[in-house]
Amino acid sequence: MDLDPLFLSRLQFALTIGFHFLFPPLSIGLAWLLVWIEWHGWRRGDEDYVRAGKFFGKILGLTFAVGVATGIVMEFQFGTNWAEYSKYVGDIFGAPLAAEAIFAFFLESTFLGLYLFGRNRVSKGMHWFSILMVAVGSTLSAFWIIVANSWQQTPAGYEIRNGRAELTDFWAATFNPSTADRFLHTFVGCLIAGAFLMAGISAYLVLKNRGTQVGRKTLKISLIFGLVVSVLALFPTGDHHAKQVARTQPEKFAAMEGLIHGQIRAPLAVFGIPSEGPPELKFKIGIPGLLSLMAFGDADAHVPGIEDLREAGRPTPPFVITFICFHTMVGLGTLFIALTALGVFLLYRRKLFETRWYLKLLLWAIPLPLIACELGWIVAEVGRQPWVVYRILKTKDAYSANVTGGEVLFSIIMFGLIYLLLGVLYVFIMARSIKRGPTALPVKEVR
Amino acid sequence: MDLNMVWFLLIWVLLAGYAILDGFDLGVGVLHLFARDDRQRRIHLNAIGPVWDGNEVWLLTGGGALFAAFPPVYATVFSGYYLALMLVLFALIFRAVSMEFRGQIDNPSWRRLWDWAFGLGSLIPAIIFGVAIGNILRGLPIEADGSLNIPFLALLNPYAVLIGVLSLLMFVMHGAAYLAVKTEGDLQQRVARWTSGVWMAFVVVYLVATIATFFVSSFLFEGVLSNPLFWIFFLLLLASIVYIPIVNRAGKFLRAFLGSSATIAAMIGLTAVSLFPRMVPSSLDLASSLTIYNASSTPRTLTVMLVIALIGLPLVIVYTVCIYRAFAGKVVISEDSY
Ligand code: HDD
Ligand code: HEM
Ligand code: HEM
Repeated sequence: MDLDPLFLSRLQFALTIGFHFLFPPLSIGLAWLLVWIEWHGWRRGDEDYVRAGKFFGKILGLTFAVGVATGIVMEFQFGTNWAEYSKYVGDIFGAPLAAEAIFAFFLESTFLGLYLFGRNRVSKGMHWFSILMVAVGSTLSAFWIIVANSWQQTPAGYEIRNGRAELTDFWAATFNPSTADRFLHTFVGCLIAGAFLMAGISAYLVLKNRGTQVGRKTLKISLIFGLVVSVLALFPTGDHHAKQVARTQPEKFAAMEGLIHGQIRAPLAVFGIPSEGPPELKFKIGIPGLLSLMAFGDADAHVPGIEDLREAGRPTPPFVITFICFHTMVGLGTLFIALTALGVFLLYRRKLFETRWYLKLLLWAIPLPLIACELGWIVAEVGRQPWVVYRILKTKDAYSANVTGGEVLFSIIMFGLIYLLLGVLYVFIMARSIKRGPTALPVKEVR
Repeated sequence: MDLNMVWFLLIWVLLAGYAILDGFDLGVGVLHLFARDDRQRRIHLNAIGPVWDGNEVWLLTGGGALFAAFPPVYATVFSGYYLALMLVLFALIFRAVSMEFRGQIDNPSWRRLWDWAFGLGSLIPAIIFGVAIGNILRGLPIEADGSLNIPFLALLNPYAVLIGVLSLLMFVMHGAAYLAVKTEGDLQQRVARWTSGVWMAFVVVYLVATIATFFVSSFLFEGVLSNPLFWIFFLLLLASIVYIPIVNRAGKFLRAFLGSSATIAAMIGLTAVSLFPRMVPSSLDLASSLTIYNASSTPRTLTVMLVIALIGLPLVIVYTVCIYRAFAGKVVISEDSY
């Protein structure tokens, strides 16, 4: 059997990054929420917040460990599986990666050690400072990796010389046309993931009466925070991001929005069933002119479609995946706003802690933001195909020619098995520690 | 000194930082397999608990810096070492999670399982790092067009395996020296005996390896004898190797640990000096070697990276010192421990 190392390397990259990216959002979101919680524990001397800090701190430690374990793989995979890519773009792409390690990884990992092990060793102020640095560090790490990714989406500040991309302007490459939008939107997605994790766990604590006082407080915080960031995901970050894609990557945009033929007054497809070869969108429900308006601020603007881009000699990405993933993400985003708004409403009406079906819903909603994050990345990455660096280098020219299909197959199988094990154990251990709960305190009224 | 030389130096500084810092984590991990009981094992884990992740970042930074400064080296070596590197990655995954998972369930077989994962997760990288360096010292079959095809088993040649054993012994000695600093009483006596035992094996293997290197890669010795840096590292190596057992016997464990750190630094320094200006020698034709000039990024990128390093490294050193000070002293098992 002929094993295609290109296909397998793509599969392996998708698998390993997809798995890695389940953990950083939780760490980033949780770390920022803990900054708030630990502050209250420290400044107000509130026992409940101290307990909440310890409880969610343990969960952060567990999440972080798996994030680190899976992240190490990523750092080396560009070299192992994408050697041609690394040689071609190393002059530019390597710098943000190195910056990430030196500015962010050191910060987060050093201070995480201090935060997790130093509660009784350093002053309270220093302890709070350490969780702040963990939050800052993990956010910086997201920033630099997104710089690297955004450069391959919308390259800038370079020139093709000596058979490779050479850096001409560091700042232009760092703040390329999509960095800011992609970073802010991803960051917000991470905050949503953290908020839903905390809200779901807190809802469980309230439901089961375990450390209820703690659970009530953290539920309140995470719901309000969750509502704010859910709105931010849609507007301005999501909306702005979409406009940016429309400007910089029309092929991806047409596939995301399911626009087959370019037109002025392009409709926004709210629903449709896509199919490939030739691309088609059946049962389409559209709002006339809205897409033109949203993308270019003018209902009469022309939006290019998949067919006209193809005719103009521009390769377009897989249509079905891009369309479905994008619409599901947006659907989930809308759901998050509704869900958290309902919670805040119940909180305001002082019914939240008694509305058991809603609390159960929150528990089951924990994985949804992670799914939305993954879908968003699939839109970004599959929507970039067939390019690995947009309009510069094709994916098929980027893999390691000296690695055999058999070798990649072996590593995929191993990663598959190991990650399956890690995933199962992570959920299992997490469920156990949630069931134990923070040591219960007598219930007082909070509001 | 031009930019390319600066980056050659920085890469090796990062690798030395990694070998010294995460080196003792790996050594402690290997020794973990030989601990007597659960309490000792917990002491091992908690001796490195707060610091190992920060130490491992030296490896990530080294990898990132290599990518940025010498992309063809990063790409050629890592894809050439594909299976070996995958083994290291699997091992590092298990090492990272085993510490976190181990204490989560109070069941002896669960704990033993993760003890093994932790031990092997440390043992495998400790050997493979040496094997990787051994193969570089020996030269890799790099073609004139810069491509490299080498089957996994060819990496396991006797010379490289010898260097693998050497690096294992080096890390274990270093880990034992570290543990002696962090422990007290019987356990401390025990690890101090380990330090001197492993020291002897290390010295023997080191001598054999040096002789072997002379026969396998005589080009490494060309011109180095007239290089003052070579002699500085050589004397440092001699002095620190002699120093370790003396202070170890006298019970000055911190000094023994500093001695083994100096040994590692000197060995890496010697490696770098003899390779210079090559990054990866070619075993087919030395002229096809990857050097700091034919395999580097542009001067602009090297400059940008230098600025990043000059801002970043001092910060890193400051908070590394802070955290080691916060956790100075003997290991105490508390509610926050693993
Ligand atoms: C909880 C997570 C979450 C939620 C609710 C949303 N997104 Fe998102 N989205 C992401 C998480 C995410 C992400 C994982 O963070 C992505 C992947 C790449 C990126 O930049 O962010 C993404 C990508 C992404 C892209 C990407 C294309 C690219 O990077 O090339 C667009 C246009 C949008 N999003 C727009 C939206 C809109 C209009 C939303 C309306 C509610 C929305 N997203 C909700
Ligand atoms: C947008 C995608 C990514 C984001 C937001 C992100 C963010 C993070 C964060 C916050 C961490 C800390 C660990 C944790 O919180 O779980 C982490 C760990 C790590 N990530 Fe990623 N990452 C992404 C993709 C990547 C990629 C593509 C690489 C490969 C270069 C990578 C390499 C690493 C490494 C090496 C670690 C371990 C660091 C340590 O020891 O502290 N990540 N990542
Ligand atoms: C963190 C969330 C991310 C997810 C879920 C994700 C997902 C994917 C997927 C599904 C592919 C395969 C696409 C295909 O071959 O059709 C891919 C490819 C790739 N991604 Fe990402 N990605 C993420 C972040 C990143 C980041 C941060 C970088 C760079 C720093 C990156 C660089 C690449 C590269 C180099 C490839 C391989 C070439 C290719 O197939 O285009 N990815 N990713």
